[in-house]
Amino acid sequence: MPELQMPKLSDTMTEGTLVAWKKKKGEKVAAGEVLAEIETDKATMEWESPEDGTLTEIYVDEGGKVEVGQRIAFIGEPGESGPAEKQPEAKKDEPKTAKQPQAETEKPASAETKEKETAPPQEKAVEAGVPPARTQPTRLPPQTEEARVKASPVARRLAGELGVDLGTIQGTGPDGRITENDVRAASKSARAVDGPAQPPPRKPPAAIKPAPGSRIQLSGMRKIIAERLVASKAPIPHFYLNIDLDAGPLVAARAELKAAGEESDTAKISVNDFVLKASVDAAVRVPRVNAAFDQDAIILYEDVDLAVAVAIEDGLVTPVIRAAQKKPLREISETMKDLAHRARHKRMKPEEFQGGTFTVSNLGGYGIDNFSAVINPPQGFILSVGAIRKKPVIDDCDQIVVGNRLEIGMSCDHRVIDGALGAEYLKELRRLLENPALLMV
Amino acid sequence: MTSEMREITYRQALNEALAEELERDPNVFLMGEEVAEYNGAYKVSQGLLERFGPKRIIDTPISENGFAGLGVGAAMVGLRPIIEFMTFSFSFVAFDQVVNNAPNMFTMSGGQFNIPITFRGPNGPAHQLGATHSHATECLYANVPGLKVCAPATPRDAKGLLKTAVRDNNPVLVLESELLYSSKGMIEPAEIELLIPLGQAEIKREGSDVTVICYAQTVPLALTVAQQLEEEDISVEVLDLRSIKPLDERAIYGSVAKTHRVVIVEQDRPFCGVGAEVCYRIQKNIFDELDGPIARVSQEDVPMPYNERLEHAVLPNAEKLIAAVKKVCYA
Repeated sequence: MPELQMPKLSDTMTEGTLVAWKKKKGEKVAAGEVLAEIETDKATMEWESPEDGTLTEIYVDEGGKVEVGQRIAFIGEPGESGPAEKQPEAKKDEPKTAKQPQAETEKPASAETKEKETAPPQEKAVEAGVPPARTQPTRLPPQTEEARVKASPVARRLAGELGVDLGTIQGTGPDGRITENDVRAASKSARAVDGPAQPPPRKPPAAIKPAPGSRIQLSGMRKIIAERLVASKAPIPHFYLNIDLDAGPLVAARAELKAAGEESDTAKISVNDFVLKASVDAAVRVPRVNAAFDQDAIILYEDVDLAVAVAIEDGLVTPVIRAAQKKPLREISETMKDLAHRARHKRMKPEEFQGGTFTVSNLGGYGIDNFSAVINPPQGFILSVGAIRKKPVIDDCDQIVVGNRLEIGMSCDHRVIDGALGAEYLKELRRLLENPALLMV
Repeated sequence: MTSEMREITYRQALNEALAEELERDPNVFLMGEEVAEYNGAYKVSQGLLERFGPKRIIDTPISENGFAGLGVGAAMVGLRPIIEFMTFSFSFVAFDQVVNNAPNMFTMSGGQFNIPITFRGPNGPAHQLGATHSHATECLYANVPGLKVCAPATPRDAKGLLKTAVRDNNPVLVLESELLYSSKGMIEPAEIELLIPLGQAEIKREGSDVTVICYAQTVPLALTVAQQLEEEDISVEVLDLRSIKPLDERAIYGSVAKTHRVVIVEQDRPFCGVGAEVCYRIQKNIFDELDGPIARVSQEDVPMPYNERLEHAVLPNAEKLIAAVKKVCYA
């Protein structure tokens, strides 16, 4: 009978929090029955038992956070107990600073632990080194875990002492190993950037009084958001295009649908649904934007997998409407409502918010007129949708009239999308949104 | 003191040590092949027969097991024998006496018998002596509990360590080097009693980029290479172990904590060599000080060829050491 381990419920999941046990110790479970709720870095998910049997052991209490692969429960015969090995404790927040050198003392036990921590299974490193497969262009390559940073022991210790992040250093040793000199150089250049003219104060911690405030530990999701955005804004050459279009027909169409029947589904189709549909259809007409940059190639995707940014408590997720080009307006609207609802309640499956070939982010509901969103890598672009505003416009008869205007921005990865291509896409988007009937056929 | 320092050879230094200890303690005697009438195969015992007479400077037949065993017996009854092997390659004939009898007697007799014996003679490869006469035995003997092993590289260390060895109440091996007998070095005047404790390494040259750990014949090699690399802006610290066992770990860790990079250059063979032990201890005890893997330069793992070019290829040499230093310095 098996020991159950913390499952890897998303590609980026490294640890999980046991939110709630749905079975008690000693209770019978059947394969497929919900055993527990587990919070990953992105969502809280129900976790089904892989086995028939009795839940004889629970190793991790509710609220406990453990790494993927650590045992959390044991399913066996009634009365049977799990193997009597030492129970792995819930992960503590270990300080990452390197240990002080210990000249003549030895601590074999801690040395072993350290070895385990710093040596991930071989295949992970191999996986990370291989460029994403290009054989299935309709799905984005899986995100691999960041490979272990190779650094010499003294480089690790120094990095801790000097407060240098090893992840930001390019090692000059064999296979990119970070050496002592690399850390010293990085530390020196960091200091040069921080304050070129001023000599470093003798006791900075005592001299600077931190402003009163509280320190909010990053949640798994916030960590991912931070990593993903840095991975986007730093290496991707962003450029920005903006359009301002006539949203009058859109407002009218929406009003008509609403008026057509309070009870019917069509009443619930929002302006944003039109924008989503238009963004998909425009990508079908200008397919070269539905693409991603990948080292030495540009991947053109067959399907338009539309990612939509949804704000949730403490962050955001981007649920994906798969093969959106095959879905009519009504279906896009329904799918979106379902995904958004579940996203807000952290009830999404990981595959529902991973991937996507481009993203639409709409801050119109928050009163934002225009903005420039950060690309969600490896996607080629992201649309930033503002609010519809009444503005004076000059009509065909050179008359100043009241118009409904909508501003849309497009942040592009210049390696994939050039200005002309982006403009072509926006032109198509404008044509569709200014003629919303086209979106309903 | 420096103004009174004088320059003598390694051979002279050993001779002084022997004479001083023979003079100081009537229980001390020297025994071995050709040590008396011939003044020593390498002239280390020059003039000692004349000075101390045939009861204390004793020629033996070619029977290492015989006179080594005799030495152990003499030590058991309170004498302090100095047993010279014409070369430590011949000590293998007396392996049982050196490895079994001398170091175990104290514990197996329940502490009744100390064995204050000194085994000495040239050790390690010299020049074209062939496979059977070129053995570096330090790793074999250092492996044996109860034996102390030192391997001096300079006249000063040779004198100071040999005198200390004679005075030690346990078996000590003083591994000399044929190639160093004629080398010269500065030393205190004869009036000053020079005793260098076992288990004390010495920094022969200060440096900041890499520690080269060496002993005996590899010390001059390391110093030459250090000089050469200075021109390439690599600052080499040369740490002479002097004693293999006991090993001066404090000195090793101190130097490595400064340079973070280590090359061990040794005259013995790679497998289970002295460097293997030193390397293990460094990574075990001061792992966080290392900036890269520890490199070793030793003999190649083959019987020593007689052919001069092949011998050069098998021995540790400057090219190999320079390459190793550059590798650990990422240079």
